[in-house]
Amino acid sequence: MHGPHGHGAVAFGHQHRHGHGPRAEDAQPAARRIVLVGNPNTGKSIFFNALTGIYVDVSNFPGTTVDVAQGRWGEDLVVDTPGIYGVASFNDEERVARDIILQADLVVNIVDAVHLERDLFLTQQLIDMGLSMVVALNMMDEAEAQGLKIDIPLLEESLGVPVIPTAAVVGRGMQELKAAIPHARQGKIDPILLTKLKEWYGASRPTPELLLAAEGDAEVASRAGLEPANAREELYLQRRQRVNDLIARVVVDTREEGGFAVRMGRWMIQPLTGIPILGGVLAVLYYLIGFLVAQQVVGFTEKTVMQGAYEPLIRGLVDRILAPDSPLSTVLVGEFGLLTMTVTYLFGLLLPLVIGFYLALAVMEDSGYLPRLATLVDRALTGLGLNGRAIVPMILGLGCVTMATMTTRILGSQRERRIAVALLGLAIPCSAQLAVITAMLATLGPGFVLLYSAIIVGILVMVGTLLNRVIPGKSTGLLIDLPPLRVPRAGNVVRKTMSKVHMFLADAGPLFAVGSVLLSVLQISGWLQGIQGLLAPLTVGWLQLPKEASTAFVMGFVRRDYGAAGLLSMHLTSMQTMVALVTVTLFVPCIASVMMLFKERGWQEAAVVWVGCLVVAFGVGGVISHLLI
Amino acid sequence: MTLDMVRRGDRVRILKIDDPQVRFQAIRFGIGEGADVHCAEKLPAGPIVLRRGRQEIAIGRGIARSIRVEAI
Repeated sequence: MHGPHGHGAVAFGHQHRHGHGPRAEDAQPAARRIVLVGNPNTGKSIFFNALTGIYVDVSNFPGTTVDVAQGRWGEDLVVDTPGIYGVASFNDEERVARDIILQADLVVNIVDAVHLERDLFLTQQLIDMGLSMVVALNMMDEAEAQGLKIDIPLLEESLGVPVIPTAAVVGRGMQELKAAIPHARQGKIDPILLTKLKEWYGASRPTPELLLAAEGDAEVASRAGLEPANAREELYLQRRQRVNDLIARVVVDTREEGGFAVRMGRWMIQPLTGIPILGGVLAVLYYLIGFLVAQQVVGFTEKTVMQGAYEPLIRGLVDRILAPDSPLSTVLVGEFGLLTMTVTYLFGLLLPLVIGFYLALAVMEDSGYLPRLATLVDRALTGLGLNGRAIVPMILGLGCVTMATMTTRILGSQRERRIAVALLGLAIPCSAQLAVITAMLATLGPGFVLLYSAIIVGILVMVGTLLNRVIPGKSTGLLIDLPPLRVPRAGNVVRKTMSKVHMFLADAGPLFAVGSVLLSVLQISGWLQGIQGLLAPLTVGWLQLPKEASTAFVMGFVRRDYGAAGLLSMHLTSMQTMVALVTVTLFVPCIASVMMLFKERGWQEAAVVWVGCLVVAFGVGGVISHLLI
Repeated sequence: MTLDMVRRGDRVRILKIDDPQVRFQAIRFGIGEGADVHCAEKLPAGPIVLRRGRQEIAIGRGIARSIRVEAI
């Protein structure tokens, strides 16, 4: 239950050891677990890198999409935690951070000096847990530039733990922080809290479990054999008061802030300026990913490296051992071969695209643009039963629907996940498809581009609105922190990207492999041709397309771009092209994304979404066909 | 009045937040019940951006409707 896969015994097996104060005087210093804790966007990862260097182990926390990094600092183990605003169990990130903090020997709390009102709430909560800790007062350079004066000795005295001013980006204060870690100690626990804990639990010293139980965390309480109290609000308000009083004493704001970053931040969320900015961002994205990555890079990795060098090599090897047309050979190196198509598709085509998309996302997140984009589009998405945060899977869907389906886990409720997954499967064309669709639309002229976009967006809005009406329950609203705009930090961006790409390969890779085996079996058994035959009357009679188009639809299931590419080689009229493109876009996603759909949403819901996509695709396709042709 | 009625530039005090999840998160952000905040931005039919100190929080219109405030 605790700890990332495969690290249980070594890394996460320690006994709890809090409440004993500093352990520096131990005769033989045992390895300590140093846990880094902080709000999102406080520069925590720079501290992690400064302590652990390059030997870092990133792994997925069991049952979540949350990655946890750990490394060594001398004898000690350093564990990073996801950015959180407080220790509780409001979401996956908080549960993961909470469980890691519960195992900590020592906490380094990274605090954004510019946002003490927000950050010291977490600091005081960690202190109230009785943890041995050090505070890194980070972004001091920014605080000074903005005219904030912080009385550090007074802050240190009031908190009762060492407070080290740092500016991690420029390396300021890092040596001092390292030197202070052995002096970590328990801070000043709120006396009112102490009285209450004594009254409720008869305890004279708080432990992390005790505090979380008092704050109503049923999971931690039952693990520790405690009765959860119902005092979260009372304790939160008390803590907020204490923090506000503290800030009033230690911080002097010498000038009202203005500045370009603040104005720029406003422009990003006001529709009048925000929409053109978004347009610019999308244009840059299209150039970088749609052109540079999807064409230049993929052209090299897929065509030259994989199909040009790797596939002939592996085919030659397998042909030496197996008879060329034997079933096993077909499964391994045939048309949908496990060692040929799957590997080429995954590493030659998808990997560069997925890296490109996650890199772009990490830059948008680290710079502070993403939360502003979520704010800008919130209104539009609430109509579909989503909130602004759903823009993340929607953007990723334009890269790879499989990857986007995975990301719907970040949404606040099951209801939102349900709607987002359905919309992704139906109306978001992935990059593989988009390339072929764009090429075909280009031959038809701007009028058809407009018509195609209007139909797809129209379906997206109609289906979303309908789902919002019929699915019971309530979606969560937007409530997000808008961090200051900053120049993204390269190390941070690369680390975030790598961790997500790793997760994608681990989660989606096996699905692509299983999918290709399934397709080979269908091909060998002759069922693939059977399905194509079954589809033919629908294609010819209802959609008014040539019989061969049904092959394109079935192939679309293999790889969405195959479907569209199949259409490219057919002789269709403009109207027929339109019908075929709309149908193939709405038509089922590729086999890997269908499997991801089943994995994420369970078979009942996934089956409904899948059948729903088929019905809508052929329904809409047919209607358009009868209107146009 | 409720938070969705404030105008850009208004200063208000948060009086009551009904949804417990929103209430706890608001306390952590420093905009809980009793906090004095400033409406930094209001999107047409969309979110409201509250500012307290240097902290900016975007709140969806639906949540804003369920937050009681008074002008100060």
